[in-house]
Amino acid sequence: MSDNTPAVEIAGLHKSFGSFKALNGLDLTVRPGQVAGFLGPNGAGKSTTIKILLGLLRADAGTARLFGGDVWRDAVQLHKRISYVPGDVSLWPNLTGGECIDYLTRLKPGGTARRRARKAELLERFQLDPTKKARTYSKGNRQKVALVAAFLDESDLYIFDEPTSGLDPLMEAVFTEYAREAKAEGSSVLLSSHILSEVEKVCDTVTIIRAGVAVESGTLDELRHLTRSSVVATIGGDPSALSGLQAVNDLETSQNGAGTRVAFDVDNHAVGEVMKTLTDLDVHGLTVTPPSLEELFMRHYGDVIETEDAR
Amino acid sequence: MSVLAPAMPRRTPLDSFAGTWHLTRFMLRRDRVRLTVWTVSLLALYAYFVTALSTVYPTAEDRQGRADLMQQPASVFLGGPNYGLDDYTIGAMFANEMTLWMIALLGVMNMFEVVRNTRAEEESGRAELVRSGAVGRHAAVAASLLTVVIVNVVFAVLGSALLVSAGDLAVEDTFALSTAIAVSGLVFAAVALVTSQLTTHGRGATGLALAVLGVSVLVRGIGDLQAGPGEHGTWLSWLSPIAWTQQMRAYVDLRWWPLALSVVTVLVLLALGAFLASKRDFDGALLAGGSGRAQASGMLSSPLGMAWRQQRTALFWWFLGTFVMFGATGTYLGEGVEDMVKDLAAANPEAAKMFGDDPLTGFLAVMILYAALAASGYAIATTLRAKSEETEGRLEITLAKPVSRSRWFAAHLVVVAVGALVLTMISGALALWVGALVNGEVEVETFLKGGAAFLPAVAVFMALTAALYAWIPKITPVIWALFAFTCITGMFGPLFDLPDAVSGISPIWWVGRYPQEPIEASHMIGLSAVALVLLVAAFLGFRRRDIPA
Repeated sequence: MSDNTPAVEIAGLHKSFGSFKALNGLDLTVRPGQVAGFLGPNGAGKSTTIKILLGLLRADAGTARLFGGDVWRDAVQLHKRISYVPGDVSLWPNLTGGECIDYLTRLKPGGTARRRARKAELLERFQLDPTKKARTYSKGNRQKVALVAAFLDESDLYIFDEPTSGLDPLMEAVFTEYAREAKAEGSSVLLSSHILSEVEKVCDTVTIIRAGVAVESGTLDELRHLTRSSVVATIGGDPSALSGLQAVNDLETSQNGAGTRVAFDVDNHAVGEVMKTLTDLDVHGLTVTPPSLEELFMRHYGDVIETEDAR
Repeated sequence: MSVLAPAMPRRTPLDSFAGTWHLTRFMLRRDRVRLTVWTVSLLALYAYFVTALSTVYPTAEDRQGRADLMQQPASVFLGGPNYGLDDYTIGAMFANEMTLWMIALLGVMNMFEVVRNTRAEEESGRAELVRSGAVGRHAAVAASLLTVVIVNVVFAVLGSALLVSAGDLAVEDTFALSTAIAVSGLVFAAVALVTSQLTTHGRGATGLALAVLGVSVLVRGIGDLQAGPGEHGTWLSWLSPIAWTQQMRAYVDLRWWPLALSVVTVLVLLALGAFLASKRDFDGALLAGGSGRAQASGMLSSPLGMAWRQQRTALFWWFLGTFVMFGATGTYLGEGVEDMVKDLAAANPEAAKMFGDDPLTGFLAVMILYAALAASGYAIATTLRAKSEETEGRLEITLAKPVSRSRWFAAHLVVVAVGALVLTMISGALALWVGALVNGEVEVETFLKGGAAFLPAVAVFMALTAALYAWIPKITPVIWALFAFTCITGMFGPLFDLPDAVSGISPIWWVGRYPQEPIEASHMIGLSAVALVLLVAAFLGFRRRDIPA
């Protein structure tokens, strides 16, 4: 594999189920060694995309490649290099968790001795009892089985579809740790989620998908530049100097002891200019918060939520 | 505004049953198709048997031939305690031979229904939502019981009406027998309510309840077999709930009191169930849930190993059931029985039609046909398990591994095929031969050849199911319609005189009636070719469609 071949390369992907268009020209690229977040609410087309990548669903149009190989034709060869964890894990109810893990890992070639040690470690970290029958597991425990099976082998690409939706915060932290470890070893990760903090913690790049199209894509930093930072400051001077600036939005002022408390949003490209004005106003205290992913998300989905509320 | 909280309404003892009627209506609504199909099928069987008996055995002399046949051990085991053999009326025949089967089938329906609406609901988590509403602790159990009571009453009333009108049977005896069958069915519903308290899983509860039914059948059979001449059952028979209905001597010398045993048993089991339920938590169980190996055995290393692991339990039970059944039936085949069957056929043209010129080979042909039908049913049901593997998402995680679709599908079908082969040849043909050995030396070759003749037809069923699943999984239930058609025309085809074009829809029809008729090589090749084409089509379809479809 040449170093520049993307781990995941999707261009102009279309997929319809009857009259419903699940994907409508999606583009998505994950470079080698990158951890890519794939964000969108339920029904946006995340799982459909992943199932196409796994060769389970057949795309109507567009290309989908893993390591340069065709996801449909070369599925078996490609799957030797990937690990997958679905959002809703279903296991064989009459097998124990340990048996499910062993069966799933044995479908992939690999050394047994190394796996045994690694399995013990993963079971310990995820606090999973492998002797219980799968039918007795909760959603979270079934997810742990899939996660242990996925991390048991070193893969070139990990595909996670909302992997922590049934896990508690402690287990989520363990997942984050292993995802970072995979990244450190040079693997690529595609993490589909609607939990923004999870994506923010581990991802280098983010693609936001809506109605089957990528509406925003780039590194977290790049995306942040598109938006505003919020500034809260206590000043001694007259805040009216701020209201004249074009880069300042939603200015609020209130009396705070001897000084004035000002709160406003500022376009990221103009932070320096606004700061100059601000320092002239006798600053007592200052906090600048970068935009969270949530705000980014709300920019694309705010109207959806508002219309939902209006109903 | 008042600062006082509204007063708590007074608790009443009926609180724990709150919502029972509401839930009952919901269960009847949810299971309306399933319950209707079951009830109508049971009623059809009821009516069919009584009309068939009147057609096949119109005179007292004909029936006496049948009465002689009923003294065979296998008949006793698969029938009843033989009341009224000296004057074997249609009613006596019906009560003696059908009671066991009706109770077993009704019992199975009741068990499934009860477990489905109680333990399985709890297991799925749906019951949690329901219970959080104003619904009492015992409401679901009471409602599921009420549901089966309603269905069983409907069965008893309509069944009685059918027997009285179609079979022209005595009203009081008919009513007694139908009521007793329904109450015996409720005994097994109550058994299922108790087993539902013991395990956390619907499947486990059903399995335990089925085991109780199996033991009841076995105990009644062994008990009646030990009865001496002129006796009808022994003390052992009376340990089985099935005997209580049979011992009412309907149509012979009716007595009502054994019905009380069933009623009391239902009440005792309900009390036991309620007591056990009060000892456990929601979603808890009295028997500890299964734990097992932390490490998979070497077998679980490929889709083939997994398919075997998933199918072996079902195969084992099918094997055991059919082996016992065909082994018992096989005891009819042999020198001693031959004359009896001949007499029967000589006295009755309809029976002769079903068995052909040589009644013994005719009987063997029919029995091997039954074995092949059992194997086909198994092949269809097991092939369709691929569908739940897909809809429940397990196929998805398997195919995300370096496993091709064809490899997975082939593994599944290979295990199905081996199972169907074993059921046709060993627990079918060979079991019949083993049974026949009781009557002296018999050629095994005829049996094996007869079984082998059906293999291509069984393969057609499997391949057609696979092809339907591969192309349009939604319409797979259609295969059961073809199977039902095949069963009916296969068993009673000679009585219908259907045109060949219609009979030929059934794959089994092409096999013919070996050893009565020779095996047609061209038909064997034709069936095999059809199976092969369907199988290829199945793989082509499965490779190109979306998963899940």
